[in-house]
Amino acid sequence: MHHDQERAAQQPPEHLESVTIRFAGDSGDGMQLVGMELAKASARQGNDLATLPNYPAEIRAPAGSLSGVSGFQLQFGARRVYTPGDKPEVLVVMSPAALKVNLGELRPAGMIIANRDGFSDRALGLAGYSSNPLTDGSLAGYAVHAIDLGTLAETALDGLGLAHKEVARCKNYVALGLLFRMYDRAPEPELASIRARFAKKNPLFGEANARAFRAGFDYAENTETLPRYHVPPASIRPGRYRHVTGNQATALGLTAAAHLAGLRLYLGSYPISPATEILHELALLRQHRVIAFQTEDEIAAVTSCIGASFGGALAATNTSGPGLALMSEGLSLAVMLELPLVVVDVQRGGPSTGLPTKTEQADLLFAVHGRHAESPLPVLAAATPADCFEMTIEASRIALKYMTPVLLLTDGFLALSAEPWRIPEPAELPRLKVSLRTDPKGFAPYLRDPKTLARPWAVPGTPGLEHRIGGLEKDFVTGAISYDPVNHERMVEVRARKIAGIADDIAPLEVQGKPEGELLVLGWGSTYGAICAAVGAARAAGKRVSQAHLRHLNPLPRNTGEVLRRFRRVLVPENNAGQLGRLLREELLVDTVGLDVVQARPLKVGEIAEKIEELLQP
Amino acid sequence: MSDTNPTPNLPPLTRKEFESGQSVRWCPGCGSFSVLAQVQKTLPTLGVPREKFVFVSGIGCSSRFPYYLNTYGLHTIHGRAPAIATGLKLTRPELEVWVATGDGDALSIGGNHLIHALRRNVGLKIILFNNRIYGMTKGQSSPTSVLGQKTKSAPFGNIDLPLSPLSLALGAEATFVARSIDAEPKHLGEMLERVARHRGTALLEVFQNCVVFNDKAFGGLLDKDTKADRQLVLEHGKPMLFGKERSKGLRFSPRTFTPEVVELGRDGITEAALLVHDERATSPGLAFMLAGLTPPDFPTPLGVLRAVERPVYEQVVHENERIAVETQGLGSLESLLGAGESWEVR
Repeated sequence: MHHDQERAAQQPPEHLESVTIRFAGDSGDGMQLVGMELAKASARQGNDLATLPNYPAEIRAPAGSLSGVSGFQLQFGARRVYTPGDKPEVLVVMSPAALKVNLGELRPAGMIIANRDGFSDRALGLAGYSSNPLTDGSLAGYAVHAIDLGTLAETALDGLGLAHKEVARCKNYVALGLLFRMYDRAPEPELASIRARFAKKNPLFGEANARAFRAGFDYAENTETLPRYHVPPASIRPGRYRHVTGNQATALGLTAAAHLAGLRLYLGSYPISPATEILHELALLRQHRVIAFQTEDEIAAVTSCIGASFGGALAATNTSGPGLALMSEGLSLAVMLELPLVVVDVQRGGPSTGLPTKTEQADLLFAVHGRHAESPLPVLAAATPADCFEMTIEASRIALKYMTPVLLLTDGFLALSAEPWRIPEPAELPRLKVSLRTDPKGFAPYLRDPKTLARPWAVPGTPGLEHRIGGLEKDFVTGAISYDPVNHERMVEVRARKIAGIADDIAPLEVQGKPEGELLVLGWGSTYGAICAAVGAARAAGKRVSQAHLRHLNPLPRNTGEVLRRFRRVLVPENNAGQLGRLLREELLVDTVGLDVVQARPLKVGEIAEKIEELLQP
Repeated sequence: MSDTNPTPNLPPLTRKEFESGQSVRWCPGCGSFSVLAQVQKTLPTLGVPREKFVFVSGIGCSSRFPYYLNTYGLHTIHGRAPAIATGLKLTRPELEVWVATGDGDALSIGGNHLIHALRRNVGLKIILFNNRIYGMTKGQSSPTSVLGQKTKSAPFGNIDLPLSPLSLALGAEATFVARSIDAEPKHLGEMLERVARHRGTALLEVFQNCVVFNDKAFGGLLDKDTKADRQLVLEHGKPMLFGKERSKGLRFSPRTFTPEVVELGRDGITEAALLVHDERATSPGLAFMLAGLTPPDFPTPLGVLRAVERPVYEQVVHENERIAVETQGLGSLESLLGAGESWEVR
């Protein structure tokens, strides 16, 4: 009885299907960190989720300035979560600049949790506010919770002997504690994890951040004004999970592919946003016999891969648009030499330096066509951060089996956003069969496997197989220099046929929903999540719309034309000016309707939903 | 039987076994023939099985080199041979990786790759064929064309200051820098052997005559009557003497501390006043001075300017790998997938 009374005094938390929260502050405010911590806690409690950080291109923009605002968005839910969310429902801001930059994205009547201490006259001035939005009534349409996070930190850390600056740095943990309570997350694992994180470096900071976290948690517990929510666990396939960003999954996938093939992994790499993290990750894996080599430029990145591949390694390089342009000549040599090589292009806004930290899908046609002369190679694209793992293995499989360079497209969105990844059992992964040629009897460098049309891989050090190959056109069989006109045409034809034939060795295009009808939404790459969410919602509302997603772009799955022709209309949402649409028309003579968004940001679920609606109008 | 041959049950290799049988397509009289002959002569003496040799080249006349050797070979793209060879040597350190390149290939389009290979000290043996002209594209200026040299792209005379490949290499902290000339086969053979034995990046500049587009560019160095006065043949530990009578020498002027040519016996100058060559000097200063000597005021140095030891890049890479495996255990698919913070969904 008494027990019930006590419970009645506390409002029961409101159940939510999903929520999208954005953290924003100065680059140094630690917003990425608390965002990721909340994501991990949500995963621990069984939610599905997706996250996306948003960094400025500048490393240390002036504190308090609009250009220095960095953010982190996550969506977690009791159902399948496909994207980090379109517009946040909750905005956590540490400064006026963070508010100004992000307010336009907040949903109508959304919640703002503001660090009131951060709204000093100076900070307001830097952000270009003439009056304080927290008090001048301009935020009347939102649920504003102005909380002195800095003061809470100061009180909680009193007596620890930390400098003022160090105390101020803990306010992100106050915010984290607050949100833990608001969203019904258990604080204990987080407290342990905070202490563990700082245990080696400085246990005092661990204690300070733990106290700051606790202060935020307690504040939310004791105040009556903050609402409380419960997001129940989602139904998720059982297994062991970890968070991966697309870049992490790519690095893991390359290393796994090398293990599966029994080869050494060589990465030749030149730093470029947003691809560099792949180099960072692989540089840590020396015990896996990975050689991650920072080259002098992208030309050396790809050409050193050609050397490593000639020597029998699984060679890979990672880059973004401008770097891929520099690699173009080297890729043509790899096409000519017919050596395996994996190139991961983490696409970003362009052309030129463009928007180096932002996402775009505008390298598709360059990937497919961007080399001089008749220079075909397979092009693949990953659909989600975790899919980068699978697709790097697939890219490696094709490269090794067909002795060809392979281009894998990811993008800035996939690279940086994270999602829970079910860690596969080694037995679930494909074995990558590699047979190096050792028998000199009947050996000729370009004598092909009749089925795959792959030439033999004969690596230096093998007695009796000494041979010379190069960029000059080669004799069809011996690989010796040949200027014979008919031989050249035959070589061009066989190189093209080899790549085209891969269509028989990849999964057919699968349709989600009815296999024919009014409308198919066809995507490629990172638009997958937004399309799934939009199509899922439309179907739940009784709309007749199906969905398919391309992971192989050259060659296309054999049944692509057939699938597309079974629908009256095909909608292709893309982060470019309609490149897949053009490719499909060129390859299949199928016209599509484009939804082209070139704003260097991921497509929104709402945009796709609207377009579906429009196309289904009678 | 050579006692250095690691396969004692087999007869030692011969020059013949390093000939590819492909017809050599350089112009008759090209200086590259001499380099090819000396390489084919040197390789069998090294006690290394033939299949362990890889010759990598870029683009240009000299870059056809790999086709004429019965070893593994890669004829690649303009300027990129050092980068390609680096990728190969890092992953297969047990191979003998040679690079054949030219003055345009190595110093113009491929300058960046060359300096980075040199500074890293990757175990590559680089033969730089310097004919001071673009031959394959039929006669344009190269980065080593001399001032005033008339070429198809500079019909009124070259106005670009030529690069010294050796100074460039020394500036990149190269551990082995040497120079020879096509028409002195014995010297060239000796230099090639030194290149083969060096640990780390070895750069050998070979003055190579282009009979068609820049004939006799090094004529003065070879003319019977003048060559003794124009060549300064370097020998480690020996005074820098030259001239028909070996009566001329090189010393640092006591006043300006710059090099000067002196006559032995004149003004009481004896051999003791001359510079003594030290290819192993830690400081590259002496080698820099030598690399900067040009006619007509100075003789042209031939020989090893610098040969020092520094950690070899690929060995450091593999040693670091060995330590990582020793301390963390050899990585496996299982340990890769099992790493990182994870949680269980039931």
